Amino acid sequence: MSGNVVRPYGDTTGDGRIQVSFTLPVPFGTPAEKARAEGAAMQLAGKMGLEPAMVVHAKGMGPDYTFFIVYGRVSHLVDLSQVTVTEREFPLLSSAEVNLRIRTGLGRKLVVVGACIGTDAHTVGIDAILNVKGHSGEKGLEYYREIRVVNLGSQVAVPDLVARSAAEGADAVLVSQVVTQRDAHISNAKEMSAAFRAAAPDPGARGWPLLVVGGPRFDPSIAPELGVDKIFGKGTTPGEVASYLAYALVPDAGRGVQAEVGASA
Amino acid sequence: MQTRLNLDPAVVREARALAAKAGQPIVEMARTHTTVSVERAVLRLAGLQGADADGMPWVNRLVDAVRETTGLEHGVALPAWDALLTGGYENLAALAAAAAQGKAAFRIPAGADAAAARTAASAALATGIARIDANRAERQRMIEQTSEPPKPWIYLIVATGDIYEDIPQAQAAAREGADIIAVIRSTGQSLLDYVPEGATREGFAGTYATQENFRLMRAALDETSRELGRYVRLTNYASGLCMPEIASLAGLQRLDMMLNDCMYGIIFRDINPRRTFIDQRFSRQIHARAGIIINTGEDNYLTTADAVDAAHTVVVSQLMNEFFGKEAGLADSQLGLGHAFEINPEVPDSFVLELAHAQLVRELFPDAPLKYMPPTKHMTGNVFAGYLLDAFFNLCGVMTDQSILLIGMMTEGIHTPFLSDRDLALENVRYVRDAAGRLGESFVPAPGGFIERRARQVLGESVALLRRISDEGLLTAIAEGTFGITKRPADGGRGLDGVISRADGYFNPASEILESGERAPAGGPDPRTSPVEAGAAR
Repeated sequence: MSGNVVRPYGDTTGDGRIQVSFTLPVPFGTPAEKARAEGAAMQLAGKMGLEPAMVVHAKGMGPDYTFFIVYGRVSHLVDLSQVTVTEREFPLLSSAEVNLRIRTGLGRKLVVVGACIGTDAHTVGIDAILNVKGHSGEKGLEYYREIRVVNLGSQVAVPDLVARSAAEGADAVLVSQVVTQRDAHISNAKEMSAAFRAAAPDPGARGWPLLVVGGPRFDPSIAPELGVDKIFGKGTTPGEVASYLAYALVPDAGRGVQAEVGASA
Repeated sequence: MQTRLNLDPAVVREARALAAKAGQPIVEMARTHTTVSVERAVLRLAGLQGADADGMPWVNRLVDAVRETTGLEHGVALPAWDALLTGGYENLAALAAAAAQGKAAFRIPAGADAAAARTAASAALATGIARIDANRAERQRMIEQTSEPPKPWIYLIVATGDIYEDIPQAQAAAREGADIIAVIRSTGQSLLDYVPEGATREGFAGTYATQENFRLMRAALDETSRELGRYVRLTNYASGLCMPEIASLAGLQRLDMMLNDCMYGIIFRDINPRRTFIDQRFSRQIHARAGIIINTGEDNYLTTADAVDAAHTVVVSQLMNEFFGKEAGLADSQLGLGHAFEINPEVPDSFVLELAHAQLVRELFPDAPLKYMPPTKHMTGNVFAGYLLDAFFNLCGVMTDQSILLIGMMTEGIHTPFLSDRDLALENVRYVRDAAGRLGESFVPAPGGFIERRARQVLGESVALLRRISDEGLLTAIAEGTFGITKRPADGGRGLDGVISRADGYFNPASEILESGERAPAGGPDPRTSPVEAGAAR
C-alpha cells in the first residue's frame, strides 16, 4: 500500500516541501507592522499544514496589503488509490485537433447555426461562443477553419431557425438563453426541439441537426427532458463546445485519419 | 529618431500611397452616408441626456421617431430642431418624450423655417463642441499643474463591472505606478445599439461605458493626479455599434485615450463593414478635436493568426488606420497604433524577430505614440515562465522606444489579476526600465543583419498585400478574409440597417463645425516629443 502514498518532493524523497504565495490585508510599514505581518503569514502557513514554514519574502503593496512567499513542509499525505478522476464524455481538443478531426472525418466544413430564440435579446452567450473574439482566452467557433458559423443573432423565431438550419445544411444548432423569467429558457428550448422534431420526422436522418442549448441557468442533466442533445451551463468555453461537436458529429475521425495516411503513403 | 533599419524611403512612400488608394473609396462612402449612431451622437453633443422608464436613451427615441416619419436622409438635426422651434417644446428631452409617444410632428422644413432650424441646431452644437474644446484645454492645465509622466507610459486595466469598485482599484493602480487606466467594457456592449445611462454596478467581465461612469472615473483620477503630482490618463472603448456616441461622450467628459480601430469591430465582432467605417470617421473627427489619443487594435490579429506569418497584416492595418485617422483630422501624436509581442517563444530567434517587428513599426511611425501589447497567446499556466516572457516583452518595448506599454500579467488567461500579480508586473517593468532604459540608444542592428533583413521582408510583404487590397478594394479584401481569418461581406454583420444614404440637403451641424477647418484651441504638447520624456526615457 505504501507505494500508493506520496508526499510533495522538494529535493529529497518524502521531504514534503512546497512553496506558496499569497497576500494578506495587513500593513508592512513600521518594524512592528512587519513583525506582525510575518507572524500573520506564519499563522496561515501553520493552519495550511506547513510545519515548519519559512517566510522567504514579504513586501508591502500600498499602505494596506502585504505579499508573501512561503516555503514549508506539509504533513499531508496523498493516497493515490483515493484519487478520483471525473471523466468528460468527450475529450478536450485543441483547435488544430478539432479542425483535423472534421477535415479527415467529415471531409467538408461542419456547419453550425447559432441564435438566441424567443424574446431573448442577450446575445452575450452565443457571441462569446461563436465570435472570433471568444472568451476566457479561447477563440470562438468562427476561428476554426473547418467550422462554418451562421450566427442569426437575437430574437429569432423558432420556425425561422428551423428553416434557416435546413437551408444552411446545419450539422448543429446552438441556442443560447440568458433570460430565465418564468422559466422562459426551459419552455423556449422545448419549443425549439419540438419544432425540429416536427420538421424532420425521421430523427437521426441527414438534415436532422444536433441540438445544443446553453445558458448560465441551465441544469446540464435535463437534456433528455428538453429534447436536446446537449446542454452547456455557466462558464462553458468555445473550446469545450468545439470539442463536443467534433466528438458528437465526427465519430469516425480515427478511421478517417488512417485512411488519409494510407492514401498519401 | 535616427533610422536604424535602413528602410528604403521609396518603399515606405509606396506603402502609404497604396494605403491611401485603398482607403479613399471608403472615405467617399463615409462622406455620402450617415448612421443612426452618428445622428444620435449629434443629439448627445447638443446635450440630450437621459432615458425613458425602460432605460432606452432619449437620443434613440428621438432618432427612431424622426427616422420613422421624415427619414434620416437629411440628418436628424433639421427635423428635430424644426420640431423644437415650431412645436414649443422646452428642450430636446421634452421633444424626445413627445416623439416616443408619437405626439411630435416632424417634417423637412424649407425656406425660412429651414434656416431657423439650422441656426438653432448649429448654436446648440457649437456649445457642445466648445465644451470639448474646454476639456482639451483643461487637460493641458491639469498636466501643467501636475506633470507629464515619462515614456513609456504604463497602461493598466480595471474591470470589476461596478464603477464604484473600479474607482478605488484605478486609484490604487495609479498610486502603484500606472500612467493610464483603462476601464474594460462589459462583454457584448459593442453589440448594443444604445449607450446605457447612469452609474452602473453590474456588468459581465467589465463595466458599461456610460457618460456618468466616464465622469465619475475622470473626477476620481483628477483627484489622484493631484495627489501624485502626475497626470493619470483615462481610457475607454469607442468601438461597436455606438462608436460615434461613445467618442462624443469621451470628449464631453475629458477621457484621454480611446480604443478606436478601423477594422476590429468588423473582424472580431461581426459588425457591418459599412456601418463601421462611417461611424469610425465621425468618431475620429471627435477624437481629433478632443485631443484624444486613439489606440488601434492590431494586436488582435496576432491572437488569431501566427505572429510571424501575419506580421505584415499588422503593418498594413496600421497604415490603413493612419490614413483614415489623418483624413479625419488626427495628428501623428494622436495615433496610438497597436502591435504585440505574440511570437511563439519556441520559435528560434523569437525575441530577435520581435525586436525587428517592433523597430520596424517604430521607424514607420516615428511620431506616433505606439501602443505595445504583452504576450497573451503563448502565456501558459506556468506563471514563472510567463513572468520571464513579460520581462522580455518589457525589454523589447524599452529597446525599441515604444510609447505605451500595456503591462503583462503572469496570470494572463488564468484569472483576473490578483493584487499581487499587478504588483509583480509593475516590479518587472520598473526593473527593466531602470536597468535597460538606455539600451535603446545603443541598439543599432548590424547593417544587412538578421533584424534589418526581417524588417525589410515584413515591409515588402506589406506593400504586396496593400497592392492587392488597393486593386480589389478594401471591402472586397475584408469579405475575402484578408484580416484575421474571418470573411466579412460588406452587406453582412450587425448594424447595416442603421446605415442611411445622405440626401442632397443632408445637414449635420457637428460635422460642419468639425470639418470647417477652424482649429480647436491648442491643447497638449506632442506626447512623444515632450521635454519630460527626452530626459527620462533616454
